[in-house]
Amino acid sequence: MKKLIRVLTLWLAASAASAQVLAPDALVKNISDEVIAIIKQDKDMQAGAQKKLESLVDAKVLPHFDFTRMTALALGRNWPKANAEQKKTLIREFRTLLVRTYSSALADYRNQVIEFKPLRAAAADTDVTVRTQVRQTGAEPVGIDYSMEKTPDGWKVYDVVVGGVSLVTNYRETFNAEIRDGGIDGLIKSLASKNRALDSKSGVKAK
Amino acid sequence: MLRRFSGLWLLAALGALGGCATTGGNPNDPLEGINRAVFEFNDGLDKAVIKPVATGYKSVMPNVARVGVTNFFSNLGDLWIGVNNVLQGKVGDGASDFGRFLLNSTLGIFGVLDVASDAGLEKHNEDFGQTLGWWGVGGGAYIVLPILGPSNLRDGFGALALDWRGYPVWYIGHISTRNQLVAARLVDTRANVLDTTRLVEDAALDKYSFARGAYLQRRRSLIYDGSPPREPDPDATPQSGTGAPTRAAAPLDAARQAPQGSARRSAVAAHRLAPPEQIAEPRQEPLAAIRESDSAMARGAEPSMPANRDAPLVGAGERGSELAGARLRP
Repeated sequence: MKKLIRVLTLWLAASAASAQVLAPDALVKNISDEVIAIIKQDKDMQAGAQKKLESLVDAKVLPHFDFTRMTALALGRNWPKANAEQKKTLIREFRTLLVRTYSSALADYRNQVIEFKPLRAAAADTDVTVRTQVRQTGAEPVGIDYSMEKTPDGWKVYDVVVGGVSLVTNYRETFNAEIRDGGIDGLIKSLASKNRALDSKSGVKAK
Repeated sequence: MLRRFSGLWLLAALGALGGCATTGGNPNDPLEGINRAVFEFNDGLDKAVIKPVATGYKSVMPNVARVGVTNFFSNLGDLWIGVNNVLQGKVGDGASDFGRFLLNSTLGIFGVLDVASDAGLEKHNEDFGQTLGWWGVGGGAYIVLPILGPSNLRDGFGALALDWRGYPVWYIGHISTRNQLVAARLVDTRANVLDTTRLVEDAALDKYSFARGAYLQRRRSLIYDGSPPREPDPDATPQSGTGAPTRAAAPLDAARQAPQGSARRSAVAAHRLAPPEQIAEPRQEPLAAIRESDSAMARGAEPSMPANRDAPLVGAGERGSELAGARLRP
């Protein structure tokens, strides 16, 4: 019996390891397929149940994002000026904001088709862009690109580019301005109050 | 002539108002003070009138009917999109746009059905501002237009008037019919982006700078048909001085010499033909670049701007938008 458990554990570990070396485009495809399948079966989520969507994003999508790197990139040259405690808070607040936004984007999902463009990368590359096109009836297709980096824990997304607009680059300018006006703590305060405002808003929506 | 006049007028206004423009720090946006005021006005108008009408329209009209309306207006736009593709040397894409118009106007019953997309003729996004950008005209200062929203000198003053003349509805003799169609198109467009604007409201700390950043990035991406070369990172390249215009112009020049073909092919060709050192930007290693820029900052290096103040806007490439913005600053 013990031996069986050991074999099983080994097998699980091995399959986990093989999942980690999944190619970046295959990884993005797996995640989107899985998330879409779940939303399609859940009437609450389709109606915009924010908390439910957030926990879905938390469980399925977030493990594949490198929030430390995203936050560092969004802060740009201001990142090294933050101390360890500030960095931790910044990552947490930025993460919360992105989860909110991402979940409410998912609530709008209506049978769009995601197409994957062939990955232009060499096997040895550690930084690639996975390019997708989201098609829907009655609208121009929207390109969504994922900038990904190979880490010891598998490929991680560090930027999302929607219709040519990079999330990280777009936030950097606002972050810079906030830091110029109120320092790192000023930015933390703005992020926190933004998150609180969104919290109360989704609370109203739930009623 | 009119366009040149508008530009001069703006320069004069800039000179007069330069003092009260808030120093937001974005070199593309020397008119931030005025722009923010217009942005507030637009936002108020949207909240009071346009958004409620669009929301009502969306809730009343069945989805199928709304898609039909969107398709109808979109079909009328395909002719001008085709013209612009041809003007950018993308004859194949242009022919596909004219084919779309023919197919959708007939089989698609006056454009209500988008049968061309089902037949594999993809919808493109082109306008005269992109054509100018493709030929190397820089964007100039960022401007927020009343009602119409984010734009820049090139797209707003240079191209918009022409884009309207390229839209068939403009030529309807019966003025009230024409105006009704223009209004209907506005409501339809607004209704289509209701979800997106809600997202932006959720995501943005400062809606104004979020919209500005998104507009500038989006236009740049559209000019390169979705595959822009990596942009020099302002945070990472403190020494991006006089070399910037040539660096940005190179891919466009290369694209022009590339064999005429589909949009994507020419954009890809632009990447390939440009010497690697001209498009390889430090952003490829963003974190390292940040560290590097920080040490540069520590040494007291300042981002320098080109000294050549008389350099024409034309030829500066899309990067010209930033440079022109910097130049315009009093």
